[in-house]
Amino acid sequence: MDILDSNTILYIAAFGLMLIGISGIVISNHLMRIIFGIALLEAGANLLLMLSTYHEGAAAPIIVDGNVPAMMADPVPQALVLTAIVIGVGILALALSLAIRVQRAYGTLDMREVRLKLEQEISADAGIDMPSSSEKPADIAKVPLNSVVQQESGS
Amino acid sequence: MRRFTAALFLLGLGVMIAAIYQHIDFSNTAVNAGQAINAVAAEETGAANFVTSVVLAYRGIDTLLELTILFTAAMIGGMVLGRRRVDAPRDPDAGFILRTGADLLFPLLLVVGLYIILHGHLTPGGGFQGGVILAAAFFLPLLARPGITLIDQRVVSLVEGLAGATFISIGLLAMFDGKEFLTPLLDKGELGALISAGTLPILYLAVGIKVGSELAGLLAHLAEAEALD
Repeated sequence: MDILDSNTILYIAAFGLMLIGISGIVISNHLMRIIFGIALLEAGANLLLMLSTYHEGAAAPIIVDGNVPAMMADPVPQALVLTAIVIGVGILALALSLAIRVQRAYGTLDMREVRLKLEQEISADAGIDMPSSSEKPADIAKVPLNSVVQQESGS
Repeated sequence: MRRFTAALFLLGLGVMIAAIYQHIDFSNTAVNAGQAINAVAAEETGAANFVTSVVLAYRGIDTLLELTILFTAAMIGGMVLGRRRVDAPRDPDAGFILRTGADLLFPLLLVVGLYIILHGHLTPGGGFQGGVILAAAFFLPLLARPGITLIDQRVVSLVEGLAGATFISIGLLAMFDGKEFLTPLLDKGELGALISAGTLPILYLAVGIKVGSELAGLLAHLAEAEALD
């Protein structure tokens, strides 16, 4: 079975993780799933970086008790991934704290609802009607004034 | 409609990646830097772990910049979450198992974290990995008993700043000696001994304390975020 040697499987895993991560970011609407997608994308990218100089049977680049292994793995991508993982943790924590703020401000993590509320807020602040579907002509697209606007003009 | 375009985009991406994979011979890369480093690192830096030599000696400035990225993320996280109101409700205490487990694990995690940091130039591990374990040690009690303050937030910032300043000043010392920024100094010692490799263990200790205090502060901020009604 030439197609299923260990290298191929590892490459498929790396690209697969990246694809799953990107699809999570693109398709899902929930903010939590988007953050999980970012984490998976990161894992795939790190695995691909490690694989870029992978040799089967190479030992870890460490001298133990003065024994120098015959073939040692490349230390450069290992050092890169080492720092990338820790930075990934920092980025994830930052993304989660932003998600906490979104949840606190809008009461939901569903991006469709968040976008709708965001547009309502913007048009209320600007004192204009909600932008309706872009396919409708402007004069027919009459949306009733939002309650937020009336409150503002009343006060 | 949006889902359809997303699926189309993913299909195109998949085909593109498959095409790239078909045409590039990944396993036979002509990267020679790694083999060259493996050949000379033991002599040049005195560290038995070559990954440590790469992280701290050959690309020390990159490590400094990566610490800066982590610092920025932690700082912005703290800014975004903000201060909690005084009367905000707290999460209830965790159950018996988590509370007892946190008490038991706290000293063990401290010892393991410091061991991994101090042996970073000899065995797999180092400042980044050990720092994360230290951060976990300080975060676990917060999960078990929400609301307690283990260490004052200002002390954490002070320790973090001192660790960063140590890293940079060791780099500057090399410049006073007429060498390049972050060149390893001091005696290289015997390969494989705990006290060897010159300034690399000190640098890794600074990295470990900085990463640990930064992540601990960030996690404490996340845990401090007000419980949702």
